[in-house]
Amino acid sequence: MYINATVARLTLRGVLGRRRTALLVILPVLLVVIAAAVQAMTDVEDRTIRDVLAGFAVGTVVPLVGVIAGTGTIGPEIDDGSIVYLLSKPVSRFKIILTKLLVAASVTLTFAAVPTFIAGLVLAGADGQVAVAYGLAAVVASIAYSSIFLLLGVVTRHAVVVGLVYALVWEGLFCGLIEGARTLSVLQWSLSLAERIAGDDVVDASVALPVAGVLLVVVTCAATWFAGHRLRSFTLAGEN
Amino acid sequence: MTTLTIDHVSRWFGNVVAVNDVTMEIGPGVTGLLGPNGAGKSTLIHMMSGFLAPSSGTVTLDGRTIWRNEQSYREIGLVPERESMYDFLTGAEFVVANAELHGLADPGAAARRALDTVEMTAAQDRKISTYSKGMRQRVKMASALVHEPSVLLLDEPFNGMDPRQRLHLMDLLRQMGADGRTVLFSSHILEEVEQLAHHIEVVVAGRHAASGDFREIRRLMTDRPHRYLIRSSDDRALAAALIADASTSGIELDVRERALRVQAVDFRGFTELLPRVAKDAGIRLFEVSPSDESLESVFSYLVAA
Repeated sequence: MYINATVARLTLRGVLGRRRTALLVILPVLLVVIAAAVQAMTDVEDRTIRDVLAGFAVGTVVPLVGVIAGTGTIGPEIDDGSIVYLLSKPVSRFKIILTKLLVAASVTLTFAAVPTFIAGLVLAGADGQVAVAYGLAAVVASIAYSSIFLLLGVVTRHAVVVGLVYALVWEGLFCGLIEGARTLSVLQWSLSLAERIAGDDVVDASVALPVAGVLLVVVTCAATWFAGHRLRSFTLAGEN
Repeated sequence: MTTLTIDHVSRWFGNVVAVNDVTMEIGPGVTGLLGPNGAGKSTLIHMMSGFLAPSSGTVTLDGRTIWRNEQSYREIGLVPERESMYDFLTGAEFVVANAELHGLADPGAAARRALDTVEMTAAQDRKISTYSKGMRQRVKMASALVHEPSVLLLDEPFNGMDPRQRLHLMDLLRQMGADGRTVLFSSHILEEVEQLAHHIEVVVAGRHAASGDFREIRRLMTDRPHRYLIRSSDDRALAAALIADASTSGIELDVRERALRVQAVDFRGFTELLPRVAKDAGIRLFEVSPSDESLESVFSYLVAA
């Protein structure tokens, strides 16, 4: 078994604390409300779909929920030292990381990918592949972001800040302005999958699917492995 | 029989040497790791518990390296100094989770035994966030004992405990030591160590200052030169009377402070001499205070001894 049920249970209860749950709920609710408002007030065009589902859902909601879930599954435990109770057990550190990744990805899928699919249904209806395409893009982005932000939670005590800078500045700003930077964008990788499913009228991806697929797998696996490797060397700060 | 071996271990953080070439062997029974704050006790315990790699030297448990060896936790129970736990759990849930993580066959029964051992059964269904410092300490103990480890490492375990809880924990640790387990606890309080451990390891400023029987080391501490500040009704006459005795090695008349600064070489002899001499000479003692009784100065003497 690659997963530890006790670690999963403790992690889930920790990450779904009252304040964090409130944060996790706000963004998807906002997404669905915006989608409903747009659908009710305007004629939904392909560009509107791209703006709401690519720009806001996969481009903003997924990474922000990913930051909260990914860093929240391990960062607070490392900060306050309670991780010692998990690590002082005969449980492989890689198994602990895989379990926490599963929890982070599940939370991100629930609070970001599912609402993206619902927003797609609201905007484009059940006809066509728009909801499925963006929903699947949100799924792969959720997994990749979870692994990246979980790694940040292990390697830095400022994981939330670094994660937000990455999500908003790199993904949001640089990749929007600089054509070449899009090759290194989780958003663009996941959109390439959506483009393949729904066509380039409603999805505009900058990276070819084979390249995007390889990069998604490589980054997710590398981030997970490195997080496990760093956790093996977890050090308690001394009195000095 | 489980033995922790620290062999020529040093640990530095940048330019700061926290532990300097320490060699010691911790065997079955209760051992006290004694030293002032900042001496390197926690650093040593972190290395013994696999949460810090030595910069040089080795830390092994029955010959097996502890660092990056998760399997060593089958034999080690750790009570960390930090209080943070999973506050959203109840005490019982927390100890059961620890038992499950150890892969015990019946985690519920093991948790009940451990909670009973630390007398936390009555409060086991309350959230940890509602616990007092002493209760947290006892639940930490229960989580460390739940898999009945052969080695128990405790970092300042008596912090925050009331006297009754302290005595109970001491009894428990004594019993574990008598059962043949290897119990190591750190403390900066001499009296705590004195009550519990016959064998002590003393660290001062990252160096291994002393090792062995507590009474022997205590005698070394007691026999070091002691300095006192004394105010009396006739300082000069008292000085003349004290210096005539071999237990006193030096006296200074501090005119500005209007006091005597006395250095005694025989602690017991001097404490008997002073009131007797004062009484015989008809001198009233207004103040007798030790001027170098800080723990640091006591331990520092051991380094030089």
